[in-house]
Amino acid sequence: MNPFVYARPDALPEAVRLGATGRAAFLAGGTNLVDLMKENVARPAEVVDINRLALRDIVEIDGGGLRIGALVTNADTAYDERVRRRYPLLCSAILAGASPQLRNAATNGGNLNQRTRCYYFYDVQTPCNKREPGQGCGAIGGANRIHAILGASPQCIATHPSDMCVALAALEAVVRVTGPQGERTIPFEDYHRLPGNEPWKDNTLAPGELVTAIDLPPEGFAAHHTYLKLRDRLSYAFALVSVAVGMRVEEGRVADLRIALGGVAHKPWRRPQAEAAMRGQAPSRELFEAAAQGLLEGAMGQGDNDFKIPLARRAIVRALSQAAAGTPQSQTDKRIA
Amino acid sequence: MTHHTSPKAGTAHASAAPMASMGASLTINGTPHQLLIEPWTTLLDLLREQLGLTGTKKGCDHGQCGACTVLLDGRRINSCLKLAVSLDGSEVTTVEGLGQAGRLHPLQAAFIEHDAFQCGYCTPGQICSAAGLIAEGHARSREEVREQMSGNLCRCGAYTNIADAVLEVLEKGDAR
Repeated sequence: MNPFVYARPDALPEAVRLGATGRAAFLAGGTNLVDLMKENVARPAEVVDINRLALRDIVEIDGGGLRIGALVTNADTAYDERVRRRYPLLCSAILAGASPQLRNAATNGGNLNQRTRCYYFYDVQTPCNKREPGQGCGAIGGANRIHAILGASPQCIATHPSDMCVALAALEAVVRVTGPQGERTIPFEDYHRLPGNEPWKDNTLAPGELVTAIDLPPEGFAAHHTYLKLRDRLSYAFALVSVAVGMRVEEGRVADLRIALGGVAHKPWRRPQAEAAMRGQAPSRELFEAAAQGLLEGAMGQGDNDFKIPLARRAIVRALSQAAAGTPQSQTDKRIA
Repeated sequence: MTHHTSPKAGTAHASAAPMASMGASLTINGTPHQLLIEPWTTLLDLLREQLGLTGTKKGCDHGQCGACTVLLDGRRINSCLKLAVSLDGSEVTTVEGLGQAGRLHPLQAAFIEHDAFQCGYCTPGQICSAAGLIAEGHARSREEVREQMSGNLCRCGAYTNIADAVLEVLEKGDAR
């Protein structure tokens, strides 16, 4: 790990001021940043420890919804009684990820800002456009079992590793940030980005901006939801493919629907057109297969990860069946219903 | 075991800010410590190298194996992924703080009873993790115990007996 200047501000304005140097990293739970620093992937000159900031609350929002603080841990979020009852999809996705030790330390803001687990990004001996712009991509034509099948670019085929963010995408959460220019909100869809020609940018945060909270809208899809995660081990592994579904069923028809995919792209993957095509229809296997087709249109394998395309198609159909039936995937009993 | 309660001073580079050690007070296994810590020191390295508490093991050093699990303010974490300086004011419990020879923690006794280890390297982390699991209260069944212990790898493959040991203490309800 490189030497750095360490600061632990007590208040948000000071944290933002300290973070505005362009060489600083904000430290929250540390579960990803400290690891990246050990690997010399992250080499901040200054580490601004934000753990003393008052961002640890989960509070009601006027008009419904919950505001979850950026420093609330993933575990405290998943086990919060209001989250469990009103946003079981979010609870399920969080508990599908990492391990209890990591969830006890990792924060919600940090979950959004974690970096890809692409092998080449992590290995400073190999080329990576995300780590060192212009070096090239080792994963294209290399070992790419875990890589993207949607929205990739000739510069980068990395995926975003979060489970939590897949649920937040389906819930259409809103990210609250504060930076040198003040406070603003970012719709979840616009928070993470596709790699394009700037794969080093994971998200749309401006330099020095800090996530302060995540707002959950009133609709939590508590009756009809699922988080289905498929991976190489039953626990403690990143998703090869995951599917978050939130559905509202009225009089036997799909009244509202959100589908987000994890493990397949540089950001949680949504195709609102595929969702719109299902509204007003009665749930059926044919309908689910058409939705899967729509979500995966244009999907392209890289060789090792070609299997993800049929896997994702089947996972989407299964997840839609689980949500429609009101039988969400258990994160303890991993048999797929 | 040697306990260095007075820490080594930071590397002497008075003018170069990145080299400065910082003060932090941590309570470790019930004992308050005033420490000078280089900011890039992890809790795991602080425990093992600066305080001589070598019960906590370094396995992968990347948060993937769980050998370094300790309790931070009563909750299990990977000590390899925490900067020690950031824990000013916190309480840490390591396996040494759970029990000692002749005064075993119920989980330690259960691990012996159930033959829940072979080489033993992962065991301190398993036991701290199990103590955290019981305190958290989210696991009741065997399936839940196995899921909630998934952050601790055992390369000898003693998982069946580890689950037996944890379940026994969980069901008896006598973990301190």
